[in-house]
Amino acid sequence: MSFRQASIITSLLGCLALAACSGSGDTFLMPGGPIAAAQRLELLKILGWTMIAILPVFLLVPILLWHFRYRNSAARYTPDWDRSSVLEVLMWGVPLVIVAVLSVQLFRTTHALDPYKPIASDNPPLRVEVVGLDWKWLFIYPELGIATVNELAFPEQTSVALDLTSDTVMQSFLVSALAGQIYIMPGMRTKLHFLADAPGRFEGENTQFNGTGFAQQKFRAVAMERADFDAWVAQVKSDGVPLTAERYAVLADASTGAEAQKRMAAEGLPEGVIHFSSVEGDLFDTVLHRYMHGTPVPPSAQPGAQEYDPQTEAGEPTQ
Amino acid sequence: MSTSNLHPGLNLGDHHGEAHEGAETIVFGFWIFLMSDLVIFGLVFASYLTVANPMGMAGGPGPEDAFDLASIFAQTMILLTSSLTFGFATLAMRHERGRAAIARWLGVSLLLGLVFLSLELRDFAHMIEAGAVPQHSGYWSAFWGLVPLHGLHVAVGCLWLMVMLAQMATLGLIPVVKTRLLRLGLFWHFLDLIWVAIFSIVYLGGLMP
Amino acid sequence: MTDALFGRLDLSSLSIWHALQDPTPSELVAAGAAMAVILGGLGVLVLLTWFRLWGPLWRDWLTSVDHKRIGIMYCALALIMLARGVIEGVLMRTQQAFGLDGGFLTPDHFSQLFSTHGTIMIFFVAMPFIAGVINYVMPLQIGARDMAFPVMNQISLGLTATGAALVMISLVLGKFSTGGWANYPPYTGADFQPGPGPDYWIWAITLAGIGTTLSGINFAVTIYKERAPGMHFLRMPIFCWTVICTSIIMIFALPPLTVAALMLAADRYLEFHFFTNDLGGNMMNYVNLFWLFGHPEVYLLVIPCYGMFSEVITTYSGKRIYGYMSMVYATMSIAVLSFCVWLHHFFTMGQSANVNAAFGIASMAIAVPTGVKIYNWIATLFRGRVRMTVPMIYAVGFFYLFTIGGLTGVMLANPVISYQVHNTLFLVAHFHNVIIPGVLFGLLAGYHYWFPKAFGFRLHEGWGRAAAVLWIVGFSFTFLPLYWLGLHGMPRRSPTFAEPSFQPMMWLALFGAALILSALTCLAIQLWISIRRRDQLAVPLGDPWDGRALEWSIPSPPPPYNFAVVPHVTARDDFAEAKAAGRAYAEPEAYEDIEMPNNTAIGLIVCVCSTLMGVALVFWIWWLAVLSLAVMLLALVGRTFHTRNHHVIPAARVAAEHRAWLAKVQAATAVDRLQETHTRNMGRAMPERPNRTEAAE
Repeated sequence: MSFRQASIITSLLGCLALAACSGSGDTFLMPGGPIAAAQRLELLKILGWTMIAILPVFLLVPILLWHFRYRNSAARYTPDWDRSSVLEVLMWGVPLVIVAVLSVQLFRTTHALDPYKPIASDNPPLRVEVVGLDWKWLFIYPELGIATVNELAFPEQTSVALDLTSDTVMQSFLVSALAGQIYIMPGMRTKLHFLADAPGRFEGENTQFNGTGFAQQKFRAVAMERADFDAWVAQVKSDGVPLTAERYAVLADASTGAEAQKRMAAEGLPEGVIHFSSVEGDLFDTVLHRYMHGTPVPPSAQPGAQEYDPQTEAGEPTQ
Repeated sequence: MSTSNLHPGLNLGDHHGEAHEGAETIVFGFWIFLMSDLVIFGLVFASYLTVANPMGMAGGPGPEDAFDLASIFAQTMILLTSSLTFGFATLAMRHERGRAAIARWLGVSLLLGLVFLSLELRDFAHMIEAGAVPQHSGYWSAFWGLVPLHGLHVAVGCLWLMVMLAQMATLGLIPVVKTRLLRLGLFWHFLDLIWVAIFSIVYLGGLMP
Repeated sequence: MTDALFGRLDLSSLSIWHALQDPTPSELVAAGAAMAVILGGLGVLVLLTWFRLWGPLWRDWLTSVDHKRIGIMYCALALIMLARGVIEGVLMRTQQAFGLDGGFLTPDHFSQLFSTHGTIMIFFVAMPFIAGVINYVMPLQIGARDMAFPVMNQISLGLTATGAALVMISLVLGKFSTGGWANYPPYTGADFQPGPGPDYWIWAITLAGIGTTLSGINFAVTIYKERAPGMHFLRMPIFCWTVICTSIIMIFALPPLTVAALMLAADRYLEFHFFTNDLGGNMMNYVNLFWLFGHPEVYLLVIPCYGMFSEVITTYSGKRIYGYMSMVYATMSIAVLSFCVWLHHFFTMGQSANVNAAFGIASMAIAVPTGVKIYNWIATLFRGRVRMTVPMIYAVGFFYLFTIGGLTGVMLANPVISYQVHNTLFLVAHFHNVIIPGVLFGLLAGYHYWFPKAFGFRLHEGWGRAAAVLWIVGFSFTFLPLYWLGLHGMPRRSPTFAEPSFQPMMWLALFGAALILSALTCLAIQLWISIRRRDQLAVPLGDPWDGRALEWSIPSPPPPYNFAVVPHVTARDDFAEAKAAGRAYAEPEAYEDIEMPNNTAIGLIVCVCSTLMGVALVFWIWWLAVLSLAVMLLALVGRTFHTRNHHVIPAARVAAEHRAWLAKVQAATAVDRLQETHTRNMGRAMPERPNRTEAAE
């Protein structure tokens, strides 16, 4: 009985392990940058160390169950045996040592891979401001004066420094192949850094449920060669429209990227993507501070709320 | 030993027989309930502290615009005195000074509790006039979540006191009434303790420059 | 547009009405569920009337303050809610299996499903099931006649039933929250979800939560004050130790939930700004408060199940527990550590690396005592005589699957990994991987183990084995693939997905869900068949498994007063020692009158009033809310004026009952463990001593 279960479970695990190695991209198991690669390494290290404590369980349970089965009258029976100093030391000691080793490891990597920590690289870092909306992502490039929806392009081998906030409910930003996630919350600023080793396309997404369009809140993160990136910036500037307060108000209305794209009449771009050639004022700062001014934000002015009305919202100047 | 302590706090003593023995389990249980209630207050205090800053006040009125320290000091004294008078009631019960003595001290405690509540309500009315309402900011939400929660406890305590006075009159000083009075006493002193924290953290802390 | 009489309740609140207006598959599923609730309720009423069961139901159950009956009612509630929870889980698996093409449920309906599924499984399956088993078993194990506060016990049950009732009513009236079981604002705030959904969650959770806090107080006081003479703390069965730990968690960890839920209510009803986006509200406070409850909560659930596994493994190995003191220390340290790790539910909120590292290490540290417990159980098997009964099959499933869950737990305790797999299906796989093999398998093992104690007959062995194997295999197929999906970045709570390579894993998971559904069906069939064949399965003498603790030393089912004479305990595993020494089943020197609490309807009044109050608050029917609260308080205060709450069972009656049972025990032949699952097993066990094996050596 127990052997059969064991074999079922181990074969299942084997399948999983194989699948994990041969699976599709867009995961830190096939990292596109140093952060995700370090996270994968961490995962494997934990797997290795914990096996010291886990394998004995997997091996001993079937052996003991078989040997000490009721019908095996040859097995010794000691109903009153209930302690052994050697075992006690092993039982507490081995897990303690493993956890101690892993704790040191954890402390080091948590500091090394802190999402707030800039990544050293030869190229100057690229700053991007991210605003999470229902159910799309707005990327503002403050140094380049452009913005995009659902398309985050950046040069390879360059540290990308993200400042993130939300203009609706809480969300969580994740580009698995590059770095881990960080929450984005209204009125609050969080930070994330990543770097891509080589050109490539990675999927980014929101992982914190925020309503009916949640599953569609994905974006493309594209690492490019420097020249390609410059060309891309020029293209955004030429084919995009200015991001005005009115356009932002429409964008902030609850809709998926594809729906917003239709409303903005942004044609010729991949689904859900919109380009903006310029950004009016310091939009990120405006969004961040609208919740901190001490003025109420009624539902009609609250993006993502059911009663949100882009008309009222656009009337409010971006101060 | 003529008396044995079966539970923390003031025990009735062996001469109360069944009431004393019954108190062991029931008063112990009430202590545990108070611990749980203390956790509630602790968390509401913690929430209050996270918003007792300009961010939490969101440009609205602050503590200096709404608190009346004289009135709050008076409330503090009244509530502390009521704890003392309740203590006298419990001692009167322990030493079997008769129903009338117990009822007299309980009556005084009830009266002080009601005066405390009316002063507090008057303060609340002033705060509402000053715009210090929970709808105004996270800070005032936390204040109105904390201080009236204590007030609600005091109100429950007063109701409980009235019920106990009625039970002393109808049922007499039977063991179950005695253990209920013991528990009410713990509750009443517990509210004092919470008030001391409110007074120091919310009022004095809020008015500190 | 609120009405003075009906608040915001109107025709459009009826989910059946929506299905008539717009018969899409999603609406039809919702209406079907609503019809099931209504017809199920009516069906029960009709059956009760038909079989004239109202009297017995009222006398023996609804007004009973007997901890055993209350325990059984808790378990029945849990099993009914389990059926709904599993069906919802299967619906979600089906939706996701077809999620590449959009599936058949609307995203809104899907989000209600995961919200109710989580809420029900935690609060109205796991919690009442555990409360039920503790209620039934713990007083018997410590030699008590009842809980310390029998009436409060009934009120706790009433409040738990209220919460469950509100979640069921949400199928018929209005809709449930779509914010998940954790119900994070601001998404659940008035701006984003103005409807009744989050209010259902708030009141179901708050009322049930108060009931649980009261239960915790009751359990703790019972263990501290009601133990039989000689039952020192260090002689208690491990299960009772786990109950102490759990009740401590109930007392300290439920208040944060109550506080969080009531603050959210203040935001929603009174325009407070605890967690709103604007005016200084801070949703991070909610997240902290919720997990300050939420993490101890999972230990609240799993710790008593550790206790159940301890009882099961020692009994079916015919041995003492290995490392009793280790077990006690390990359990206590888990309970204490459980309060120090809540932040690992949101490593991704942007705290400093030092904070994350501290909580990460604390979380990982829990693996040490947990590992010790697993090793202790394994050492208990060593040199035992192990019978693979149904509870042991669950225990084996637990050993393997829970260990895998522990492994992924150590991974998730690491902030660096959590950054990647937080909020993904990896997390979903992890917590199902600890809660199903840990909590549910433990409960099902306990259910099979103690069922004969409660009802006087065993559960059918064959169907039980089938169910156990189906649960284990079904679990593996359903949840192990989710690890893979999570590692590949599939977020939890997604109704659909766009990545074709996810499809095969989704199908595997659906297959597993079908197995779990058939496991549940097997359990239902098993119960039915066992009741039909209760005469062949009868074990009235009380000790079918050669048990070790006091609960096996009394008849099955036990008399209302549990013990004819309160036992004097002299050792750990007192009953096993007594049997080995031949002093079990001795007639006491004298019997005494026994005073027992009277029945009361107060719990039922609290349940009905608080349910009405909950519905009234959800739909803004203010007059009804005030009225039901007033009636409830008046009933509670009024009861305190009533002083004759006890009745006396005369010593003669106790003596007659006890002697009759002792005579039957003496007349019965003791059976050995080979006949454990045989009709011959009437509940008298032949003591197992090592002589036979020593001779064989």
